[in-house]
Amino acid sequence: MSESPVKPAPFTYHDPRSRAELHDLLACLENTKLLAGGQSLMPMLNMRIVAPDHLIDLNRMPGMAGIAVAENHIRIGAMTRQADLHDSAEIGNHLPIMVKALDHVGHFQTRSRGTIGGSCCHLDPAAELPALCALYDAEFDISGPNGARKVTARDWFQDYLQSALAENEVLDSIRLPLWPAGTTYGFSEYARRSGDFAIAGAGVLVAWQNADIIKRLAVVVFGVASQPIRLRAIERDLVGTRLDAEAIRAAADAAKRIEAMSDPYVSSDYRRRLAAVTVERALRAAVQRAEQLA
Amino acid sequence: MSARYFGAAVPRLEDPRLLAGQGRYVDDISLPGMLNAAFMRAQVAHGRIRGIDARQARNMPGVAAIYTMADFAAIAQGPMPPMAPHPLLKTPITYHPLAVDEVCHVGEAIAIVLADTRQQAEDAANAIDLDVEDLPSIADPLAALADDPPKVHSGRNSNLIGALRGGFGNVEAVFAKADHFLAETFSIHRGGCHSMECRGVIAAPDTLSDGLTIYTSSQSPYMVRRHLAQYLKRDESTLRVIAPDVGGGFGPKANVYPEEFAVALAALTTERPVKWIEDRSEHFVATTQQRDQVWNVEVAFTGEGRMQAVRGRCIHDNGAYAPYGLILPATALASFPGPYALEALDVSIDVVLTNLVPTSPVRGAARPCTAFVLERLADRIARHLDLPREEVRRRSLVATEQMPYTTGMKARDGSPISYDSGDYIKALDLALKKIDAAGFAARKTEAAARGTLLGLGMASCVEDTGLAPFEGATVRVTPAGKVTIATGAASQGQGHRTVLAQIAADALGVDIADISVEAADTGKFPLGISTIASRIAVTAGSSVELAAQKVRNKALKAASFMLEAAEADLEIDNGIVRVVGVPSMQVSLGDIARALSGSAGLLLPGHIEPDLAATAYFESNALTFAYGANACEVEIDPATGDARVTRYVVVHDCGRLINPLVVDGQIRGGVVHGIGNALYERMVYDEAGQPLSTNYGEYLLPLATEMPDIEIHHIETPSPRNPIGVKGAGEGGTIPAAACVISAIEDALGTGAPFIAEHPVSPERITQWLDAMTSADDLKGRGQ
Amino acid sequence: MSDTRRITLRVNGKPHTADVETRVHLADFLRGSLGLTGTHLGCEHGVCGACTIIVDGRAVRSCLMLAVQADGAEIETVESLGAADALSPLQKAFSTHHALQCGFCTPGMLMSLEAFLRANPQPSEADIREAISGNICRCTGYQGIVEAALAAIAAREPTQ
Repeated sequence: MSESPVKPAPFTYHDPRSRAELHDLLACLENTKLLAGGQSLMPMLNMRIVAPDHLIDLNRMPGMAGIAVAENHIRIGAMTRQADLHDSAEIGNHLPIMVKALDHVGHFQTRSRGTIGGSCCHLDPAAELPALCALYDAEFDISGPNGARKVTARDWFQDYLQSALAENEVLDSIRLPLWPAGTTYGFSEYARRSGDFAIAGAGVLVAWQNADIIKRLAVVVFGVASQPIRLRAIERDLVGTRLDAEAIRAAADAAKRIEAMSDPYVSSDYRRRLAAVTVERALRAAVQRAEQLA
Repeated sequence: MSARYFGAAVPRLEDPRLLAGQGRYVDDISLPGMLNAAFMRAQVAHGRIRGIDARQARNMPGVAAIYTMADFAAIAQGPMPPMAPHPLLKTPITYHPLAVDEVCHVGEAIAIVLADTRQQAEDAANAIDLDVEDLPSIADPLAALADDPPKVHSGRNSNLIGALRGGFGNVEAVFAKADHFLAETFSIHRGGCHSMECRGVIAAPDTLSDGLTIYTSSQSPYMVRRHLAQYLKRDESTLRVIAPDVGGGFGPKANVYPEEFAVALAALTTERPVKWIEDRSEHFVATTQQRDQVWNVEVAFTGEGRMQAVRGRCIHDNGAYAPYGLILPATALASFPGPYALEALDVSIDVVLTNLVPTSPVRGAARPCTAFVLERLADRIARHLDLPREEVRRRSLVATEQMPYTTGMKARDGSPISYDSGDYIKALDLALKKIDAAGFAARKTEAAARGTLLGLGMASCVEDTGLAPFEGATVRVTPAGKVTIATGAASQGQGHRTVLAQIAADALGVDIADISVEAADTGKFPLGISTIASRIAVTAGSSVELAAQKVRNKALKAASFMLEAAEADLEIDNGIVRVVGVPSMQVSLGDIARALSGSAGLLLPGHIEPDLAATAYFESNALTFAYGANACEVEIDPATGDARVTRYVVVHDCGRLINPLVVDGQIRGGVVHGIGNALYERMVYDEAGQPLSTNYGEYLLPLATEMPDIEIHHIETPSPRNPIGVKGAGEGGTIPAAACVISAIEDALGTGAPFIAEHPVSPERITQWLDAMTSADDLKGRGQ
Repeated sequence: MSDTRRITLRVNGKPHTADVETRVHLADFLRGSLGLTGTHLGCEHGVCGACTIIVDGRAVRSCLMLAVQADGAEIETVESLGAADALSPLQKAFSTHHALQCGFCTPGMLMSLEAFLRANPQPSEADIREAISGNICRCTGYQGIVEAALAAIAAREPTQ
C-alpha cells in the first residue's frame, strides 16, 4: 500500500434476508467480512486496513435483534443496537450495569448504529460490552453452514481482536445469566475524553448474603490486557467476607498484577495503576448501592 | 459619520449560507470533465527511488493517467521556489512537486493518479509497484546533531541548516553580577493544525485563453499564484487562484504545497480539470505541523525576583524540508523578550533537519514556545526565591511608563521592535482579580476535601500583529446603491467579510445589509499577501477604512455639485447624502454612482473622476502589539493523574474591537488550542520516522466535554499604528495558554512538586510526579 | 465491473432512486450523487462528526454507512433545517452566539444537536457538552455552540 486511502477497496456486497441465505453465503464465499453496525469495520474498510472480496451485510437479517427476558437469563440478539439497549426498560431493570457502561460506549451517534454483536466480535480490548459478557459468564450462540454451537465466555476471547468465531460463522445472540435480586453492581472506567476508548475499566457484580457479606462476587477488568480479565482468585477469596476497605484493597492489588498492554501513549505500569483504581471505584459503588438498598 | 457598526456584536454575514449547508469549500466544487486525483506517497522516512512500475495501475478501471515528475518535463522542472528566502538557506530546501530521486519523509508524494473517481484513483495507486531503497533516517532533532549522524538528505552534508541568533545587551556582564542564576531545559511539543477541512486543490485549464484557474483551500492564494507562475514561467495574469470557503487554516494552509503544483501540472498535461482532496490520514503526513523545540536556557535575576537576562540555545526540528524558509524558528527568536524588561538577551536556535514532515507555523507560530520558556522561567524564579509568581512578574514585566518600549530585538525586515502601548501589570492584576486569586486558597482546601488537587496558573504574553507589508481593498458604490468591497484578504473562519463590511458601513453611512464582499480571488483583486500572523484586521481593515473614506469624500464632493450645496453642510445617512436640516435636498449614493458612471455627451459633475470607488493598500510599516494575561484553574485527580482545566480567564488588549463576537471567538478558539497543546496533542513517531499518530483515536484534539468556559475581559488601548486603532486577535489566545495550564498543574501538585518544563503533560506523567513526591516524602519522613 | 445496487430513499422529504457502487459511503452519495454538499467529510474514520446526519430519526455518522444501506431509509441532512433566508431557531441561535467560524464542522454539529434535542428537550449544559462531544471543532472552543444550544432551548415554547 502506497498512500493514505479513505475509500474502501472494491467488494461484492451481499445483504441476505434469511438464515438459509446467510449460511449459503458463509459456505460458498471466501475472504468475507460480516458488516454489523459498521462503527469499527467501516473505518477499517475506508482506510483499507481490511479489503475483503465480499461484504455480508447483516442489517437486513430478520430475527437478529431483540431483547428476550427469561426467568434466569436475558438473551440479546447480536444485531441489537447499542442505542436500543441503552433505552431499554428490560436492560434497565435486569442489567443496569449495561446502561451505565453504554454511557461510555463511543458517542450517541455511534450507538445509533453500533451493535452488541459487532462489538463482541470485533473485541477491542477496551470495549465495554465484551467486558460485561465476560463479567456475566455469557454464552455466545453461533451458527453457520456446519450447524449451531454455543461458546462460553471463557472460550470466546481467543486473542487480541480475535474471537472464537470461525471464518464461516455468525454470532446470533448472547445469553447473559441473571444474578439474584438484591445484587448490586459497580462500573468505573478512565478515558482521556468523553467517548474515548477506556485506558482501563472495571465492572463488578456483588450478590449479598446478608447486610454486607459477599455471597458471590464477579470482577472484570478491561482495557488493560488484550482481553477482559476476570479476577477469579480474588472473587473466590472474598466470598463470605465483608466488602470493606481491606477487601477492596486486596481486589485492587489483584488488579495491579494483571499483565498489561503497553503502547506509544500509555505504559503497562499506568494501565495496571488504573486497573486498581477502577476496580476500587467499582467496588465502592457496589457497596454504596447496597447501602442504599438496605 | 456613524459609529453604528464598529464595536458592535454584528451577527456575521458569512453565517446564513454556512448554517444552511450552502458553503462552497473546494470539495463542493465540481467541474465538467473533472478528474479525481490520489497521490502515491512514500512509506519510508528516507529512501532512494529506484523505479516505479505503473503499468498494471494504468489499465485499471477509470484511470486516465498516472504521472511522475518526469512526465511534466515539457512544462516545468526542478524544485519549487522558496517562499521565504533566508541567507542561511544558500540552497533552498524545497520539494519537487513530485519526488524525483529521493524521498525524505513518510508521506512525500511520488506519483499522481488521475481517475474518474477518487475510489478508482486509490485502487490504482494501490497497484503501483514502487521500488525504494531504504536509507538511514533521522527521527529526532537531537540525534540529527550527533557525531556523524545519518544524513536527512543524501545531498546535504549537514543536518544543521544553520543557527539563528539574536539578543541585546551584555549578557556576560549581567550574569556575572547577578544575585542568582538558574539553568533549565524545556521540551516543547506542538502538533498539527487539524483544521476540520483538510487541504484540497482544483486546477482547471482554460483551453480558450491558455489560462489556469485554481481553487485551493489556502491562506495564501496570491502566494500560490506568484510561485506557480514563477515555476511555470508564465505571467501571473494567466493564472487565477481562488480560495473559496476554507474550513480553517491555523497556519499550515499558508504554505505553497507540492500537491498544488502537481495538480496544476497534471491539469495542464491532461487539459482537463483535476481535483485532489487531502484526506485526514494524508493530513497527518503531508501537511506541515509544529513539532519539537528543546531549549537549554539560563536566567539571571535579582534577589527581589526581577528577571534580568536570559541566554540559551534551542534545537528546533524543522523536518525534512524548509518550504516556509526559517520563518518558524525566526519567529521564536523575535518573540523574545516577550513582555519582560530584560537587560540582556542572547539566544540561538539551531535549525535542524529530520526525516519527518516539515514544520511551519501553527497558530501562534512559535510564540507559544517562547512564551512557555519565559513564563516558566518567571515561575522558576518565584520557586527559587519563595515569592508569589505574580510578584516576580510585577517586578519583571515592562512597565506602562516605559511605553513605547524598544526591546532591543529586530523584526523580519531588520527594523527595531518597539512595543507601542500596553499595561502588562494591570492586565495581570485584572486577570488574577477576575479569577478571584484571593479566594483560591479556600477553593483549594475544598477541593482537597473532595480528594482532588487544585492549582492556579498564570501566564502573560505580548503578540506582534499586523505583519508587513500590506493588504488592499477596493470599495465601490454601484448605481443600485449597493456597496461592494473587493480585497485580497483570505478567510478561514475569522469573519473578515463581516468586519470589513462593518468598517465600510460606518465610513459610508450605509446599512451593512447593502454591502457585499469579494475576497481571496486573484481575478477580482490584484494584490494580496497572506492571512497569517494576526494581520488582516490591521492591514485589510485599514485599507477598507482608507478606501471607504476616499469614496465618502468623493461622494460628498460630487453631491455638493449635484445639490449645489457646500460639502460642509452635507451628511450621509442610510445611503442618502443630504443637506443638514433640509431633507428635501438629497441624492442617494446610487445616484451619485450612476452620475459618475457617465452618460454619452455629458460631463461629470465637478469634473470629478469617474467611478464612485477607491482602492487603498494600507502598508503596515510597524508591528502593533497586542498583549494579555491569562489565569486558570486546573483540577487533578491524583488517583488517575487526570487534569482538567476548570476555569480560564483572559485579559486581552487588541486595541479597538471591531466586532466583539468575532474577537471573543478567536480568543476562545485560541485558548482551547493551547489547552490541547498542554494536555492532549502529541504527534508520535517511531525511531525510523514512521508516524504512529495517524488518526483521531490516537491524536487527541480537545472536545466539548473537557473544555472550560473562557471568561474574557477586554482592555481597548487603540493602536497608534493604523487608522482604525486595531491590533490582531487571532493568536493571542493560544500564545500563553499552554504555559498557563502547566503553571496551574505544577501549582496543583503542591509543595515538593517538580519543576515542570515540558508539554504536553499526560495523566500518566502526573502520576509519575506524584509517585516521586510521595517517595520523597516517605524518605523525608524516615529522616533520610 | 463495479458492484452496484439500485437504492430508493427519501432525503429531506424528497424521494430518490439511484444506482450506487456498493463501496461508496453514504456521505459521498449525498454529496456526489445528490449534490447535497452541506454534509462534510473531516476524517472518514468516524471520529470528527462533521458527516453527522439523521437516518430514520437517529443521528448517524454518514461516513460509516454505505449508501446501499440507506435503501428505504428516511434521511435528513443540514439542508433540511432551514434555508439561508429562513433559518431554524437553532441555526439562528448559532449565528447570534457566534457558534461557527469556518463553518466546516457546523452541519454535523447542527444535526447532532437537532437529533439530541428532539429526544432530550430539557438538557443541562453538561448534557449538551456530552451531546456534542462526538463533534470536533477546531475554531470555536465550543463555548459559543453550547450557548447557542441553551438559547435555542430557552426560546422554545414552554409547552413543547
